[in-house]
Amino acid sequence: MDPNLLTTTRAVDPVFMFIFGISLVLLVGITATMVGFVIRYRRSRSPEPTSQAAGNIWLEIVWTALPTIIVMAMFYYGWAGYLALRNVPKDALEVTATARMWSWTFTYANGKTSPKLYVPVGKPVLVNLVSTDVLHGFYIPAFRVKRDVVPGMKNHVWFMADKPGPYDLFCSVYCGTGHSAMITTVEAVSEAEFQTWLAGREEGEKGTGRGRELLEKNGCLGCHSLDGTRKVGPTFKGIWGRNVTVVTGGAERTATVDVAYLKRSLREPAADVVTGYPPVMPPYPALSDKEIGDIVDFLKELK
Amino acid sequence: MEPTDLTPPPAGSFWNDTGRSGITSWIFSTDHKRIGLLYFYSVFGFFLVGVLLGLLIRIELMAPGRTIMGPQAYNALFTVHGVVMVFLFIIPGFQGSFGNLVMPIQIGARDVAFPRLNLFSWWLYMAGAVIILTSLFTGGGPPDTGWTFYVPFSERTGTNVSLAVFGVFIVGFSSIITGVNFVTTIHRLRAEGMTWGRLPLFVWSLYATAWVQILATPILGITLVLIMAERILGTGLFDPSRGGDPLMYQHLFWIYSHPAVYIMILPAMGVISDIIPVFARKPIFGYRMIVFSSLAIAAAGSLVWGHHMFTSGMSDIAILVFSFLTFIVAIPSAIKVFNWVSTLYRGSISLEAPMLFALSFILLFSIGGLTGLILGAAATDIHVHDTHFVVGHFHYVIFGGSGFAFFGAMHYWLPKFYGRRYAEKPAVIAWALMFVGFNILYFSMMVLGLKGMPRRYYDYLPEFAPLNLTSTIGSWILAAGLVLLLVNLFRGLRHGERVGSNPWGGATLEWSIPTPPPTENFAEEPVVTHGPYDFRGAGIP
Repeated sequence: MDPNLLTTTRAVDPVFMFIFGISLVLLVGITATMVGFVIRYRRSRSPEPTSQAAGNIWLEIVWTALPTIIVMAMFYYGWAGYLALRNVPKDALEVTATARMWSWTFTYANGKTSPKLYVPVGKPVLVNLVSTDVLHGFYIPAFRVKRDVVPGMKNHVWFMADKPGPYDLFCSVYCGTGHSAMITTVEAVSEAEFQTWLAGREEGEKGTGRGRELLEKNGCLGCHSLDGTRKVGPTFKGIWGRNVTVVTGGAERTATVDVAYLKRSLREPAADVVTGYPPVMPPYPALSDKEIGDIVDFLKELK
Repeated sequence: MEPTDLTPPPAGSFWNDTGRSGITSWIFSTDHKRIGLLYFYSVFGFFLVGVLLGLLIRIELMAPGRTIMGPQAYNALFTVHGVVMVFLFIIPGFQGSFGNLVMPIQIGARDVAFPRLNLFSWWLYMAGAVIILTSLFTGGGPPDTGWTFYVPFSERTGTNVSLAVFGVFIVGFSSIITGVNFVTTIHRLRAEGMTWGRLPLFVWSLYATAWVQILATPILGITLVLIMAERILGTGLFDPSRGGDPLMYQHLFWIYSHPAVYIMILPAMGVISDIIPVFARKPIFGYRMIVFSSLAIAAAGSLVWGHHMFTSGMSDIAILVFSFLTFIVAIPSAIKVFNWVSTLYRGSISLEAPMLFALSFILLFSIGGLTGLILGAAATDIHVHDTHFVVGHFHYVIFGGSGFAFFGAMHYWLPKFYGRRYAEKPAVIAWALMFVGFNILYFSMMVLGLKGMPRRYYDYLPEFAPLNLTSTIGSWILAAGLVLLLVNLFRGLRHGERVGSNPWGGATLEWSIPTPPPTENFAEEPVVTHGPYDFRGAGIP
């Protein structure tokens, strides 16, 4: 880790301190003066005004010039801090973040994809931002970085974690029903751990396999949980063979979850909408029959 | 209540001197005072609707996860809250209600320059409002885009965006017409001796606002038409796969919607500049500088829209320029605050309800303005943009600023038009409750934003729970104060103590005519011989 490299957090926080500090002094000054005048010149104590002064040119000059100097200083520091957010260090690790309604996928140089953003501690990371549908926002509060993810536009952001740990990553631009569920974590780990993770497949947790990988890659898990919790869409836990009440063309009917049902749900999600859930799922026409088969195999196992 | 309470206002007042009867004497009246009251009750009705929606938002956010509604309902709720508060309450609010009620009298005129156009403007406003309300219950249901209607989401969503946007388009025309009417009135209908240097500061603020309405609102109209074209015709103007650009939409939207913030706040500053001298019995300090700063805010405020887009992917050069201009606009606001506070020096200050609202305006607006500096600085904006910090900030400016000024104006001017007043003590208690509740509600939001909670979030992580609960409790205290304010004020206007022509000792012209004002305002055209805050010149003890 280069000790001279300024993290984004350390570039931004002094600007906060500077502006908040001056603002606090101004606010306390204004309020104290106002309250002081009200107490001193209240009508019971000061029944008649003792001045009819309608202005003072010198005072006006002073309190025009002073704020001008103060805000120009704030402008300058704000701009300088912003430049630090924009100057990406040369040796930064490149990752592509793909945002869709309502999940994130991170793709690394070796083709590995992950729903969480794994990064090595002490190494700058450059994230290229791609949206497949509407506007999203890439926001990591701990690193003070945020950038909109705009369809058809190349945006990027960089940051560096200087301590290991999980950090929240939010979608900051409103994107519909699942906006507040479009959150994941940045996992900052040691360089060695990161390399092991990057080289390996998923850790051997239950449900590893092609089907699960496809669900993650396509962002399905942003709306459908694997553990039974209710998200934007129905959970996948125990979905195989379940009887569900769906609305088809305005009428309710009962359907059994089988291969045909799942295929139809992926290709024409609006055709059958499970009651109690919003009709918001986008279609996934690019999934091949083989891939859908892998997903089905995975879902069959998910009791 | 005593029987005498129900005696009608004196003959010759605008309440009973009319050719028509019943409801038609209101909805077809071209009297600026009647139109002012029509506007007042319309905008205030929508304000109360917006308040209810806001309280529901806070109940949902009281705890993480589902509290009372699902995500789709929540998204519609914050969208409709924003649309109603922005387009149906605060943009038309001051101009339509107190602008109409007071401005022609303050300049010594019989009415506005185009009384029929004035009525038409209210009708357009109501038509737009009805269309917006219709959009909530028809088609794909209430819009769920946020009041900003950002593309491409607003093009894709199945909710009733097109109709809602059309309603806002119509309301925009009402705003333009009012602007034209007021500019013409202030130029052409000032009484003899009412020089530009003797205009009350409320009139000056309406004048600056009217120019913003005339020049900026057409951009909103065009932008909204483009959204409809995108949705209905699929023109692809904002769609990158067809050569369009989503950022272009954001520029167009904010070219209007940032100046719109000044449409909301400038008249409020005017109200404050009128109230403070009266309750301090001293001329306003720095009249010319306050006028100048209103015009400077209107002009410079039209050039800062890009500060809503620092994270959008807009070029760094654009960010440099917009950040710089944003800081420039802070200067005239600071000048006003210093002048208001200086007006208090060596005065004789009476802390009645309008003055309490005015003084709390100074504090709340200062907090709103100073937190705006965080948002104007490029580095710090990146962290807090699109978080609850922004939500807290603009509620400090628009509710703590414009809203509190509106309540101040209600207590200051409505008794003049009703001839009766509210009780003082409950008004002070209501103010105190609202002030305390307000700060708990919105200060918590700003801290939440600094901690990283994004805005427009239906659900949130457990770490944000305590402050969200605090904020919700604040909303109840604020609501309790508001209920007390309403009951006390409107009960007082019907049954309260009678007031004379000049209950507060004001030197502007509205206090020189009978209470309630006659239909013709002035028995004969007045000749103005003193400034608006020259209490000695007006012969006020």
